[in-house]
Amino acid sequence: MARKAITGNGAIALALKQVEPDVMAAYPITPQTEIAQNYAQFVADGAVKTEYIPVESEHSAMSAAIGSCAAGARTFTATSSQGFALMWEMLFIAASLRLPLTMPVITRALSGPINIHCDHSDSMGGRDCGWIQLYGEGAQEGYDNAIQAFRIAEHMEVRLPVMTMIDGFIISGAIGPVETLEDDEVKKFVGEYTTLNPLLNVANPVTVGAFDSLGGWYFEHKVAQNRAMDNAMKVIEEVGKDFGSLSGREYSHFKTHMIEDAEIVLVAIGSAAGNVKTMVDTLRAEGKKVGMLKVRTFRPFPYEQIRQALSNACVIGVMDRSDSYGAQGGPLFTEISAAMFGGETRPKMFNFIYGLGGRDIFPDDIRGAVETLEQAAAGEQVSQTRHYLNVREG
Amino acid sequence: MAKPKEIANRPERLTGGHRLCAGCGAPINVRQVMSVCPGPAVVSVATGCLEVSTTIYPYTAWRDSMIHSAFENASATISGVETAYRALKKQGKVKEDMYFVAFGGDGGTYDIGLQSLSGAVERGHNFVYVCYDNGAYMNTGFQRSSATPCGAWTTTSPVGKEAAGKQQNRKDLTAILVAHDIPYAATASPHNFKDLMNKAEKAFTTPGPAFLNVISPCPRGWRTPGDQTIALAKEAVQSCYWPLYEVEYGKYKINYKPKGDKKTPVADWMKKQGRFAHLFKPGNEALLEDIQAYIDRKWEELLKKEECL
Ligand SMILES: Cc1ncc(C[n+]2csc(CCOP(=O)(O)OP(=O)(O)O)c2C)c(N)n1
Ligand code: SF4
Repeated sequence: MARKAITGNGAIALALKQVEPDVMAAYPITPQTEIAQNYAQFVADGAVKTEYIPVESEHSAMSAAIGSCAAGARTFTATSSQGFALMWEMLFIAASLRLPLTMPVITRALSGPINIHCDHSDSMGGRDCGWIQLYGEGAQEGYDNAIQAFRIAEHMEVRLPVMTMIDGFIISGAIGPVETLEDDEVKKFVGEYTTLNPLLNVANPVTVGAFDSLGGWYFEHKVAQNRAMDNAMKVIEEVGKDFGSLSGREYSHFKTHMIEDAEIVLVAIGSAAGNVKTMVDTLRAEGKKVGMLKVRTFRPFPYEQIRQALSNACVIGVMDRSDSYGAQGGPLFTEISAAMFGGETRPKMFNFIYGLGGRDIFPDDIRGAVETLEQAAAGEQVSQTRHYLNVREG
Repeated sequence: MAKPKEIANRPERLTGGHRLCAGCGAPINVRQVMSVCPGPAVVSVATGCLEVSTTIYPYTAWRDSMIHSAFENASATISGVETAYRALKKQGKVKEDMYFVAFGGDGGTYDIGLQSLSGAVERGHNFVYVCYDNGAYMNTGFQRSSATPCGAWTTTSPVGKEAAGKQQNRKDLTAILVAHDIPYAATASPHNFKDLMNKAEKAFTTPGPAFLNVISPCPRGWRTPGDQTIALAKEAVQSCYWPLYEVEYGKYKINYKPKGDKKTPVADWMKKQGRFAHLFKPGNEALLEDIQAYIDRKWEELLKKEECL
């Protein structure tokens, strides 16, 4: 175990180097580029056995990753924003072929207008493509999730691709301390890769990606995919526990902070969780019963457990770093609302959208959100529509 | 190359029972190409007639491993497969020598798949790309592609008061591949099976990428009888609509030169196809002359390329 001063991207590149997959296919895009560059250097230096495919686009990155993984090689790629969007068609195919690919996504706003800074419109836009989605708060979680992703994806009851998010620039480009594992510890943790029905088995040729139209089994395939998602729920927890025994950092689907007696709970995802936590501590010192829930697993979404965890809250504020046009709120808000709808008591729900295109979020913005929630808790009439934090109105 | 008789006795690598139309050129081409593949292969197929008709779940007509992932990315997909092969071979996890081939229709090759093909060739993956060119998007019901010949009726280059089929000439894809400085590129036709299999064998044994552009008559889209496929392919070559040539590292060699009256008018070939029927109504003489002039110009250019390149 070593403590390193490293960027979020550097930490993820290091994690991938320690796993040392067979193949990487990548195309640069800000703010992911550093991963592609660092890894290319590892390959150039002979530090890894990985074969690197410097493809001509993200569509081809995902296509080549699909080919490689179907062939029987442990494979990964990485992307952001427009690259993620360009991959979109292939993301579905990777999941439907049940390929255990992994992909760090360094979250960034989608065009237009073009903007290179952080928000979650890329990864949230891909929430229904059949990939497991894990969000990290900082570089440490980026590193840890990148490693766990292989174990989760490759689990025989899952066999689904996994994407692990960290926030663009805020985390990807900032240097901070990261506790790293030894190479052999990581290798042992992820284990040898076992393929299923690889293309490269001469004795048993396979057809991958057959035509399955009307009268076929398409529906059953889709149901099987969703059952694999159900299975992933417990596998993510098992792997998170195992990772805890190895590193001292245990992971679950979400983390809570001071929610046991909290009347007001803020739900956050990604790097803003750190700011929210600090504000919760401040407000607690002022005697306010406030808590926080930080979501890590977004797909599959842990409805039951989150409902349990939030069952004592009277008012819930959900913070989204992406909007959903024409919807009642951002993607996290609609998930949390759906989760709470199945409960005995129904808390009041409010959505706070912040940070689009990298817009800063200040402690006062979070305090302001809590004030809105307090008004609702006190029985005042508060609009339940979307609230935008730190946006210039008019 | 082995004797045709010996090749004919090899087990088929694309089985019967696929659902391609009777008389379709695609499976004939695939069989001829695969019959000279020197070892086990992984085949990547772009979305299109060949793919949907040979892999109707839970059946498959492929005896080699086959992967289909989408329309525009047969080359990128096989890039990944071929790279995985190199990675696993290096580690001793795969022992056999294997071959990599991608098949795409003209739509999946000339149009939407061009970027992925260009990228894979530029990166130098060791694979053979075979375009079966039937001159339109046949699988989706006969829409124009950039390989559709000028004057041809398709559903997106229809015939009407203002238009007599497709208005533009074909894209010269083989020239685009040659511009990549690809080790081996060739055109071929299923009627000349010896030439086609010779080229396929060269393509498989050339290290790095190789490209084959094979004419593939489509009875449905061309509006021709199913038993005329090979005759139509032959006449396409005779008329120089589809010249047979190969290019090794930029060096051109024409494999068949129709001399004198052996070079038939392209209109004779067109007349046999329903997709050109409208051109033979009075008033379209000039258009037919333009088409012939284009064919002649491209043929002259090719002769010159052979001379000086
Ligand atoms: C991205 C995308 N766009 C469009 C389609 C619809 N589509 C499927 S096959 C096809 C045409 C295939 O034509 P071609 O490549 O010439 O092969 P053919 O069917 O003639 O054998 C089209 C347009 C698709 N599958 N994917
Ligand atoms: S439509 Fe044409 S290309 Fe498609 S299977 Fe039928 S004959 Fe072959």
